[in-house]
Amino acid sequence: MAVTDSLSRAATVLATVLLLSFGSVAASHIEDQAEQFFRSGHTNNWAVLVCTSRFWFNYRHVANTLSVYRSVKRLGIPDSHIVLMLADDMACNPRNPKPATVFSHKNMELNVYGDDVEVDYRSYEVTVENFLRVLTGRIPPSTPRSKRLLSDDRSNILIYMTGHGGNGFLKFQDSEEITNIELADAFEQMWQKRRYNELLFIIDTCQGASMYERFYSPNIMALASSQVGEDSLSHQPDPAIGVHLMDRYTFYVLEFLEEINPASQTNMNDLFQVCPKSLCVSTPGHRTDLFQRDPKNVLITDFFGSVRKVEITTETIKLQQDSEIMESSYKEDQMDEKLMEPLKYAEQLPVAQIIHQKPKLKDWHPPGGFILGLWALIIMVFFKTYGIKHMKFIF
Amino acid sequence: MGLLSDPVRRRALARLVLRLNAPLCVLSYVAGIAWFLALVFPPLTQRTYMSENAMGSTMVEEQFAGGDRARAFARDFAAHRKKSGALPVAWLERTMRSVGLEVYTQSFSRKLPFPDETHERYMVSGTNVYGILRAPRAASTESLVLTVPCGSDSTNSQAVGLLLALAAHFRGQIYWAKDIVFLVTEHDLLGTEAWLEAYHDVNVTGMQSSPLQGRAGAIQAAVALELSSDVVTSLDVAVEGLNGQLPNLDLLNLFQTFCQKGGLLCTLQGKLQPEDWTSLDGPLQGLQTLLLMVLRQASGRPHGSHGLFLRYRVEALTLRGINSFRQYKYDLVAVGKALEGMFRKLNHLLERLHQSFFLYLLPGLSRFVSIGLYMPAVGFLLLVLGLKALELWMQLHEAGMGLEEPGGAPGPSVPLPPSQGVGLASLVAPLLISQAMGLALYVLPVLGQHVATQHFPVAEAEAVVLTLLAIYAAGLALPHNTHRTQAPDRGWMALKLVALIYLALQLGCIALTNFSLGFLLATTMVPTAALAKPHGPRTLYAALLVLTSPAATLLGSLFLWRELQEAPLSLAEGWQLFLAALAQGVLEHHTYGALLFPLLSLGLYPCWLLFWNVLFWK
Repeated sequence: MAVTDSLSRAATVLATVLLLSFGSVAASHIEDQAEQFFRSGHTNNWAVLVCTSRFWFNYRHVANTLSVYRSVKRLGIPDSHIVLMLADDMACNPRNPKPATVFSHKNMELNVYGDDVEVDYRSYEVTVENFLRVLTGRIPPSTPRSKRLLSDDRSNILIYMTGHGGNGFLKFQDSEEITNIELADAFEQMWQKRRYNELLFIIDTCQGASMYERFYSPNIMALASSQVGEDSLSHQPDPAIGVHLMDRYTFYVLEFLEEINPASQTNMNDLFQVCPKSLCVSTPGHRTDLFQRDPKNVLITDFFGSVRKVEITTETIKLQQDSEIMESSYKEDQMDEKLMEPLKYAEQLPVAQIIHQKPKLKDWHPPGGFILGLWALIIMVFFKTYGIKHMKFIF
Repeated sequence: MGLLSDPVRRRALARLVLRLNAPLCVLSYVAGIAWFLALVFPPLTQRTYMSENAMGSTMVEEQFAGGDRARAFARDFAAHRKKSGALPVAWLERTMRSVGLEVYTQSFSRKLPFPDETHERYMVSGTNVYGILRAPRAASTESLVLTVPCGSDSTNSQAVGLLLALAAHFRGQIYWAKDIVFLVTEHDLLGTEAWLEAYHDVNVTGMQSSPLQGRAGAIQAAVALELSSDVVTSLDVAVEGLNGQLPNLDLLNLFQTFCQKGGLLCTLQGKLQPEDWTSLDGPLQGLQTLLLMVLRQASGRPHGSHGLFLRYRVEALTLRGINSFRQYKYDLVAVGKALEGMFRKLNHLLERLHQSFFLYLLPGLSRFVSIGLYMPAVGFLLLVLGLKALELWMQLHEAGMGLEEPGGAPGPSVPLPPSQGVGLASLVAPLLISQAMGLALYVLPVLGQHVATQHFPVAEAEAVVLTLLAIYAAGLALPHNTHRTQAPDRGWMALKLVALIYLALQLGCIALTNFSLGFLLATTMVPTAALAKPHGPRTLYAALLVLTSPAATLLGSLFLWRELQEAPLSLAEGWQLFLAALAQGVLEHHTYGALLFPLLSLGLYPCWLLFWNVLFWK
């Protein structure tokens, strides 16, 4: 009896030890999951999708934007959080042989216009001024809610732009341009007004990489369809409709996104691999130096979808407070009575150390013809009045 | 003694210019002709390319399959036309309505200034029929036109059939953003002119046309079609229009794109396209095509309905189906597909065609010479006139200086006024007389035709032509000057100076708007104008001057034109053609506003008479 008693007591001790260890392992597993829960730092998603060209032969730019709209909506971002700007109406253009449709694959496989497209800025409302007002939030009070970007400092924003561009500019509506410097300044304004947590900027135009060269605000990741000096090519020529239906880069991005669902764990490094030079003919580029997280830890759905983080657990998790932050906040509370220093949100990241933007050396040009001509005239008149006899020996 | 002019140096300069003048003139003339001949060689002639982005970056899929329907319509049209003798208006209206167009008619009438022998008409009245296909989802702000001119000599029934079949096909499509007007005109160009005038609400030629009931919007482009056979071996395109205007080169590029796409054989000026431009054969053939184009453009006639559209800045072409003895033939479906493709691409246009050239020369269908490259040719020729005028000016000044020196008074001002006054007075008479002769040449033939027919046994048209020739020849026999001046040399030099400047101004202005006419006249008139003087072999100069007078240039160019088309004329035939051309020229001036007749009679003929005066100066 005593042997079985001791055996059972040993078994229970062993069991409790095992249970405790399992418990601790489970507890640490829960804590890992809790770590992951707070990994990205954003609580809501916004998307600003801009197509800047009008006219029937720019059908493909509208199809590009609508493809990204479709993916973004499918992955969870609602219309109230999407600002869609289309510069022309292709679906109802009198030249469209299939009215009320915008196709992205030839032979009319995929209609990206659908039944529930909500265009916020349409036709002539797509201007540089309106775009910048949307980004910076300087909108007149009468603007309806659907036309506002109501993001906060915990929003991840996807900005997608497409149209005709060049080295350092993007053409809006055939009559104006936005430069890369303007865009960089607009993003800096957004940063200082705490209008985004992280920003993903995608651009599909010729020489698209020039548009993200000048960014200097933190937490921006940028992708472009071609490098400076390269053209982005169109794809999917469809003789029935009579135009090219998509651009190459966005076509392959769309194919990539069609395989993403809200639970995907695909990260940004995969997006960087989309459309290599063999498929795209141009060389897509990306920029991640301003981004604080490692791209392999950034999920596609962090920007393209709106994934609510809900984890159901019956465990209690003790969240450890970071003692450093506690001390510094205690100190700040004390200092508050002494100094009222303004909060410098903008200096959290040593941007100047990260990006070395040297001023470009201007090429030396010989003096212009006008100045040369003026000097020649002055010298001639001088000689004519004072030394014409001497000129005779020269000429 | 100014800062910038030294009289001694100026006199030296003057002597240098006078010594070098003759070689410079010859060199300049040769350079002008050589530049023109060099236009067909590769650096000066370039490949054509589509400049309009809205048409270049789109593609079309042609689906026209109504060949049988077109032939059936054509047979019906021919039968009805034979039965009624004129355009079967009621049948056309019925058919267009059955195809689904909005149909309207327009009647017009015109009394020609004198009976037209070539078309055999005098009091013309007719009806145009047109149907409008409205764009299904667009406002009717712009339109395209497909027109078939029907006359008594060219029935064009297959063209009408194809027009109706295309209308039926187009009516079933929903992608039209512009209205399409299908126009069938009677009395070919007269009907087209009446329709255009009523459409644009103007009256430039005295045509009486009823106002249009239905209108479609600003016309962006027009295609005129002439087909008289069920099958064609080639399609010929005509671009030259009234007064030498040309459509935008993009329209021709569009046609050429569809020729290549459909594998059609397309010709320009009736000549095939040379394949090889690197060896000598290609450029030589190009030179023939270029010369034909120059001659046609210089004549200023509208070579088809399209020529009349150009006046309203509507880009237009005429396509003629030619049925020759080749083996490979294309049926109406192939032509219909090419037209469908052209119209579909024109549908994509957002603005009027303006990206490509408006002034060009065509050595071939896929090669062109732009205005910046061909203008120096006429510039070199006019330089000769300028150099000659400069020489005369200096000679006049030297003569003036020579007269002054014995006088001895060192006046600072140039001592020309007293003798200049006499010179000017002696100039006025020849100028007035030659201008009056020009006016008589312009006004009298048409005005005096009835008087002539009363007194002579000729028809009105012949009367007009013979009066023209009579006045032209009478100008040669006028008394020349009524003054005897102290310095007879000064008189003719001053007159020649004025005549040279007058000729240079006229030719310069003509060359700007109609390069071909300016160049052609410059080639013939410039050397003899430069040479004309009362001293030297007078009969030789007189013969040369007569041979290069405007009328002789017209005669010569007719022979050259037929020679290039490989159908040379004998002398008698040539003369008949010349007389017919004179009548046509006067008639077209009155019916369409062609400017060749007034330019030659009111501008160049008086100028030429001045040189004749110089030659026979006493």
